[in-house]
Amino acid sequence: MALSNDLQALDRAFSGIGVDEKSLISIVANSDDEHKQFLRKGCSKLFTEDEYGFERLNQSNMKDLKLEFNRFRDAVMFSLSHPWERDARWIAKAIKKGPKHYNIIVEIACTRSSDELLGARKAYHSLFDHSIEEDLAAYVRGSERKLLVALVSAYRYDNEKQKVNEDVAKSEAEILSNAIKNADKRRPIEDEDTIMILATRSKPHLKEVYKHYNKICDKSLTKDLEAEGILKDTVECLCTPETYFTRVLDAALSVNADEESKRALTRVIVTQKEALVKQNNYVATKIQGIVRGLCEDFILGSLAGGETNNALK
Amino acid sequence: MATIDVPHQVSFLDDAEALRKACQGWGTDEKAIISVLGHRNAAQRKQIRLAYEQLYQEDLIKRLESELTGDFERAAYRWILDPADRDAVLANVAIRKSSPDHHVIIEISCTRSPEELLAARRAYQARYRHSLEEDVAAHTKGDIRKLLVALVSAFRYDGEEINTRLAHSEAKILHDAIKDKAFNHEEVIRILSTRNKMQIMATFNRYRDDQGTPISKNLLGDSGDEFLVALRTAIRCFNDPKKYFEKVLRNSIKKMGTDEDALTRVIVTRAEKDLKDIKDAYHKRNSVPLDQAVAKEASGDYKDFLLALLGKA
Repeated sequence: MALSNDLQALDRAFSGIGVDEKSLISIVANSDDEHKQFLRKGCSKLFTEDEYGFERLNQSNMKDLKLEFNRFRDAVMFSLSHPWERDARWIAKAIKKGPKHYNIIVEIACTRSSDELLGARKAYHSLFDHSIEEDLAAYVRGSERKLLVALVSAYRYDNEKQKVNEDVAKSEAEILSNAIKNADKRRPIEDEDTIMILATRSKPHLKEVYKHYNKICDKSLTKDLEAEGILKDTVECLCTPETYFTRVLDAALSVNADEESKRALTRVIVTQKEALVKQNNYVATKIQGIVRGLCEDFILGSLAGGETNNALK
Repeated sequence: MATIDVPHQVSFLDDAEALRKACQGWGTDEKAIISVLGHRNAAQRKQIRLAYEQLYQEDLIKRLESELTGDFERAAYRWILDPADRDAVLANVAIRKSSPDHHVIIEISCTRSPEELLAARRAYQARYRHSLEEDVAAHTKGDIRKLLVALVSAFRYDGEEINTRLAHSEAKILHDAIKDKAFNHEEVIRILSTRNKMQIMATFNRYRDDQGTPISKNLLGDSGDEFLVALRTAIRCFNDPKKYFEKVLRNSIKKMGTDEDALTRVIVTRAEKDLKDIKDAYHKRNSVPLDQAVAKEASGDYKDFLLALLGKA
């Protein structure tokens, strides 16, 4: 029956990431009042029978839906914005929202180039009349504070061709190993030496430290930091960013993804375009059936990318 | 105000030729070098270097390094560098000493503007292939390391507005830390290394109003406690840089045998900024004009060069 088809289609249009705008037009825009009432009565996810004789909108589900409707809007605005401004705004939001969002600060501080991070700091000055480190230091209360302030203040030597001092890398791998071994006496995130190493050394150097750690401890540094929250994120972002972003993408697309995880999808698509394009069809395949409508179009468009722009030149 | 005496008309080609002539043949005509370089500002010196390079396919700095010796050479070398490059060199020299010169690091971090400090960090990377904070972290330990790395990594908001409520609450935080003799308290480092300078001054003023004594007086104590000394230095640099520099000069001349390093550093780095005010402060404090003191304690070409920078020759 047309009605049950429409109910199914409605449900499908509203599930996943983003919404299926085209379906919604053909279902809803073409419905008369009677049909809409049938839809309401049939869609228990969105409507409940009110005692006063009407099908009432379920406010909390509506809120979730709004987020899905806005995902495309956010993707466009973030994509269009200057990288400095969007990174600054993301950081500001993360500081305000609290500990569960601190990984965003780590992500930005550690995966951007030194000059991109600097730009974000400048933009932050202009937008918020404070420095990032000032606000971090003032609002972050727990043990994450030292690490976050240090990461955000870094201006690392950014040259891939740098010759890394192997002896120093080895000894710093040992320092990290000891800090992790003593985790029951003091959490590694509070260990000054650990923070110094992760916050001041260049990325090529840290990648060597990562390798040496593996040799010394027979396990990867990230594995050994599994229980250490943003410290693990820090190491991943600095040493194996591809792993971090894959993990974040997978979390965003998983069945029980929460809003924060889904937001990460937009963030990653918008900021890691180059890296993702190199992955060929990996993302396109992953999002199939999960990301809908304009969101899906936007992602596929982003990944197909640059050629059309160049044609105009 | 600056002290150097720069002529109205300057020809970089003529200057380059004059310098070349001064370096040719037996011996070096130091007076000629001083009469050119001692009377050119940073932008002009840069142009002269370029002109020299174009004319003679040689780096003027390398030429001077090989021709000059002693204190004069060190002073001329620092003088001819770009201010950012100079700060990088000064920082590196300070770090590499077997007992690092903490006060030089603090001086650079706290008396330069945020953009100047940033430029110094960039120049440091270009020169030494490490980040400044990395090298500071590697050569210091403990609380002083925390303070120095934080100061050096700061990119403060460069605004004029002050939050008086914040000044009040942070003055109290400082007071509590000092009262408990917990000088190395994280909060002290946080306030000094993240707040913008105007805000810090407001906090110090509030402290003085509340406590009746300036904050630096309450930090006097064991001069063997290097952290305390560093803290006081930082506070002095924020509060009144000219007074701070006057004291550095006074100490450098007072000691048995002059501390040429300090004397050179202050004169060279401030000659184009506020050396005139520092001179006035010196005269007031010591009843002797600075150039007189320099003429008495320094000798030879080094003396002539310093006097030129002081606007006296």
